Amino acid sequence: MAGKIGVYFDQQNIGGGLDLEALAAQTREKWGDVTPVVRVVPLLADSLDVIAGDIAAQSLNGVLLCGSSPRADGDLYRLSAQVGHVNLREQCVLSYKNADGSAPACGDAPELLTLLARDYVNMGVVRLQKSENPDSAAVTGVKRILVIGGGWTGLTAATEGAACGYEVVLVEKAGRLGGAANDIPVGSPLESPWTDKQPTNIADKIKAVTGNSNIRVYLNARMEKLEGQPGEFTASIAADGGSVSVEVGAVVLASGWTALDDKYLAPMGLGKCPKITTAARFGKQLVDGEVTARRIAFVLDTTMAEEAAQNSMRDAVLQGQPEPVAAQAKEGEEKVFIKEDLENIRHLAYSNAVNSVGMLRLANSVAANEATQVFILYKNMTVPGIFERFYKKMQEHLGIMMTKADVTGIAEVGDHVVVECKNTLLGMDFDLDVDLVVLPTGLVPTTAKEAVVEFAYRQGPDFPDMELFDGFADSNYICFPYETRRTGVYAAGCVRQPQTLDACEEDARGAVLKAAQCIDSASRGVAVHPRSGDASYPVFNFVRCTQCKRCTEECPFGALDDDEKGTPKPNPGRCRRCGTCFGACPERVISFADYNIDQIGSMIREVVVPKDFKKEGPRILILACENDAYPALDMAGMRRKAWSPYVRIIPVRCLGSVNAIWVSDAMSKGFDGVMLLGCKYGGDYQCHFVKGSEICSKRKENIAETLNRLGVQPERVEQFEVAIDGYDAISDLIDGFVGRIIEMGPNPFKGM
Amino acid sequence: MSKAILVVGGGFAGLTAAIEAAELGHDVYIVEKSPWLGGRVAQLNKYFPKLCPPSCGLEIQFQRIRKNPRVKFFTMADVVGLAGSKGSYTVRVRLRSRHTAPHAVDFNLLASSLVGEADNEFDFGLSKRGALYKSMPFAFPDRYVLDTPTLSKTDATQAERAKFLDLSEQPREIELDVASIVVATGWKPYDVTRLTNLGAGKVKNCVSNMQMERLASPAGPTGGRIVRPSDGRTPHSVAFVQCAGSRDQNHLNYCSYICCMASLKQCLYIAEQNPDAEITVYYIDLRAPGRYVNVLEKVQALPNVCFVKGKVADVVQAGDDKVTLTVEDAVRGEKLTLHYDLVVLATGMQPSLAGENPPLPLPLDEDGFIAGGEEAGIFAAGCARMPLDVTRTAQSGTAAALKAVQTVKGR
Repeated sequence: MAGKIGVYFDQQNIGGGLDLEALAAQTREKWGDVTPVVRVVPLLADSLDVIAGDIAAQSLNGVLLCGSSPRADGDLYRLSAQVGHVNLREQCVLSYKNADGSAPACGDAPELLTLLARDYVNMGVVRLQKSENPDSAAVTGVKRILVIGGGWTGLTAATEGAACGYEVVLVEKAGRLGGAANDIPVGSPLESPWTDKQPTNIADKIKAVTGNSNIRVYLNARMEKLEGQPGEFTASIAADGGSVSVEVGAVVLASGWTALDDKYLAPMGLGKCPKITTAARFGKQLVDGEVTARRIAFVLDTTMAEEAAQNSMRDAVLQGQPEPVAAQAKEGEEKVFIKEDLENIRHLAYSNAVNSVGMLRLANSVAANEATQVFILYKNMTVPGIFERFYKKMQEHLGIMMTKADVTGIAEVGDHVVVECKNTLLGMDFDLDVDLVVLPTGLVPTTAKEAVVEFAYRQGPDFPDMELFDGFADSNYICFPYETRRTGVYAAGCVRQPQTLDACEEDARGAVLKAAQCIDSASRGVAVHPRSGDASYPVFNFVRCTQCKRCTEECPFGALDDDEKGTPKPNPGRCRRCGTCFGACPERVISFADYNIDQIGSMIREVVVPKDFKKEGPRILILACENDAYPALDMAGMRRKAWSPYVRIIPVRCLGSVNAIWVSDAMSKGFDGVMLLGCKYGGDYQCHFVKGSEICSKRKENIAETLNRLGVQPERVEQFEVAIDGYDAISDLIDGFVGRIIEMGPNPFKGM
Repeated sequence: MSKAILVVGGGFAGLTAAIEAAELGHDVYIVEKSPWLGGRVAQLNKYFPKLCPPSCGLEIQFQRIRKNPRVKFFTMADVVGLAGSKGSYTVRVRLRSRHTAPHAVDFNLLASSLVGEADNEFDFGLSKRGALYKSMPFAFPDRYVLDTPTLSKTDATQAERAKFLDLSEQPREIELDVASIVVATGWKPYDVTRLTNLGAGKVKNCVSNMQMERLASPAGPTGGRIVRPSDGRTPHSVAFVQCAGSRDQNHLNYCSYICCMASLKQCLYIAEQNPDAEITVYYIDLRAPGRYVNVLEKVQALPNVCFVKGKVADVVQAGDDKVTLTVEDAVRGEKLTLHYDLVVLATGMQPSLAGENPPLPLPLDEDGFIAGGEEAGIFAAGCARMPLDVTRTAQSGTAAALKAVQTVKGR
């Protein structure tokens, strides 16, 4: 507990006619010994020396900076005591308007503004008072990276990891390294000028790994399980000669892809005759010198296959075939994990760019022989970016003919194959006679078919919600591609996204950096993305734990395991510090040193709620996600989009951390309503902790039920989705809610 | 000797490279030429495919910087000189004058009382800005800029007297010692005035895709309403002209990677605001790589969006502020002449270094992309290396950070 707090008011940045000396006096009077220093300073940004002096002279544990938002100048205040901010500029003075909606007159602050500021200062003091400096949950941080998959991406990752000074353990399923790259005769362009196919030099890449004493390779091997946490995982590997167990700090998942099942391409003739093949097989035949065909059609338009798959799905639905359902565990029975097979026809479409580039490369290889005539038939030539240069060069290549075409039929006729082409660029439909048809290969990520990593986690051996990404081990974040739902495991290459060779190499490097960073963070006991550097972690008071398992089940990152009795076993290294666990806990036994149930509850109780609703207005609590809603509120303030003076805003790490007790605290304190402002949820979720806002919305339904039972209108507690760019709409959102509350009248528990 | 890493460019690639390296324990300097970090993505309204706001990801990046003393950044800064070699570079950086105090002063009142105006480059000329300005609500650093040439005479008097403004602040130069360099100088929209057949930027109601992002942005010139610049009216017929400059050896001899996806995204913007609007997309190929095909199919399923494979030959001004397009339908072989309320040119990305002479020992290819430098301990990231979308840029920035870290670590 921060026992001695210095409070500073930033004269320059508060304004609004607020009497800061009076606020300071009120703070001194109310908090007494807790706040031995209370100062009004002309400009906070110029007062760092004063504050540092106070910290030393008065042995302050904390300083409370009342002025602009912590988002404005927060980085200026790196001090030796805990720092708290009271946002009196953006979210108080600048966003203030009178209860009737009018702007405040110049001069002295209206009373409602003074009450607002006073509440916020008191809430700030109590927040800091209930906050401790986190100690650290550091672990050794084993400087060894596990790379799963020994193909193009995995080999790159292993070499790069070793070049950073880490030991590497590489697990490869097959009997030799190289993966799919072994079957590629030549690679797509790997470097500037990006105009020519290039040898992959896969043998050299393999040699760089096998010849490196810091890289240990296991062939014919697979993961048995991965247990523990970042910095100190234990990987059990089933390899030739039995099972081995190895300590690793982090994992790069580069397990690649398998080819889409032939059945999906059967509507295009695959399997009906040997003259119809796939790009992957054709590549291998080329490597093995087995290609004799002289007229070859590469078909990129896969509409036939896609429509057939759609039709058969529709027929299945019409015939009432039940969708496969995962086995339900009976009461008291341990759930058995059954991997849902996520392979589907969409993998063909998702592989469009890899196939477009791949077919150019293959066509280029065979067309080197002048006797060979190659046709490429496409719907969209998906050769994005710099690879256009490669495409351009191929267009000029003799012996390669390319056209947009709707391929409507492929059939064996005599000793050749006829490809029916419609809507071509030649101004006519035509049938193309060829010796061989090459169809695209669908890249199905290995993670769509199996739980490759085999996590020994309470939440199961697989990444959660893989169906959202059709089985790819991708993050849902455009800005942060490496963040999987399992901390310390970073996916790269085609298991994450279908990618060309150059992109896979780059991806491998990125994933290695994240792995190294994770090990380093674990060794310092701090969080990784998105709260990187945060030293706090959830602490459990097991005495009061009832083993209800809610925390274990709800953690978006599977950070918690449990023992036979169901007592949670925290793994701070896996934790992202969102607080969803303590939001879940009905016994409130989980806390962070600097963020906990009692702290926020105390802040809520610190607000002065007037008894007379009619005369002095309602009070509404806003719990705002600090990632998106809070900045949006700041920007609304800066843009002078003022909102009702009756609301009190408390930022939370994530709506997932909202515990129902806070709502009860607010209602019993006499608040008339509670707004929960959080990120978008559902398939395109924007929640930084993946599940927080969604979980909160479910908890809110329970809260509504409880309120209903108590005779309180459930509409007094509502959750709203607020994106960070919703700054111009947010004040209307707040005012709308406040208006509805005013119509409802006072909280029946007010004053009780 | 310094083991720090210099990152040139504070856009998404540079931010990523810098922060990822710093979070692995390395000291990093970001040198950004504009007054704020965030680069091109700061100008975007939404990202494809999720249609989420870019400022959300930027906010996380800025938080990471605020919390991490290892990241130091300079805005309005240019690298002007480089000496030394791999492992030991001395970089000269010129800092232009911002004329505002180094903390987050709320200049709102003063700024709106000044009368001098200039074209707002952040909105690509769709709006004006004053002399004292902050281009975006989520600006980081949260500081205004005083552009002294834009001050009127009376403004200047007012500014002289204002607290926290320093009109006499002079540019200065600093030196940084670093061991490795990441170049993430990004891209610029291709200059439409060079697209003479597409109206050269002179046709009313023919905007570029980046201008469209500003029109759709809640902080943009119209508060997010997509309207015709000439009269502020909601357009009922809209055409997208793909490959405006890209895939054209007279202009950009490559595909700009993002324009198809950007136009699909913008179709969704328009359809959301005005479901009755008739939209036509003229394209050579619809390039929606990987799982982005889901967006393509979503837009193709919209009732009022149609796609025509064909290159637009001509864009000219028509009466009633309409725009006339001449298009060759590549499949039907027909030549079409059509009129639209609004035309969007999907202009491509050109590397920022094209036509520049950066004081860095970097080989550039004929289009201005960085083509090497690794042996000197200099690593290109993001669109300075090739056209990429944001996810690939993040990948590229992280990868470049690794190479820089390896260079520094070996010493």
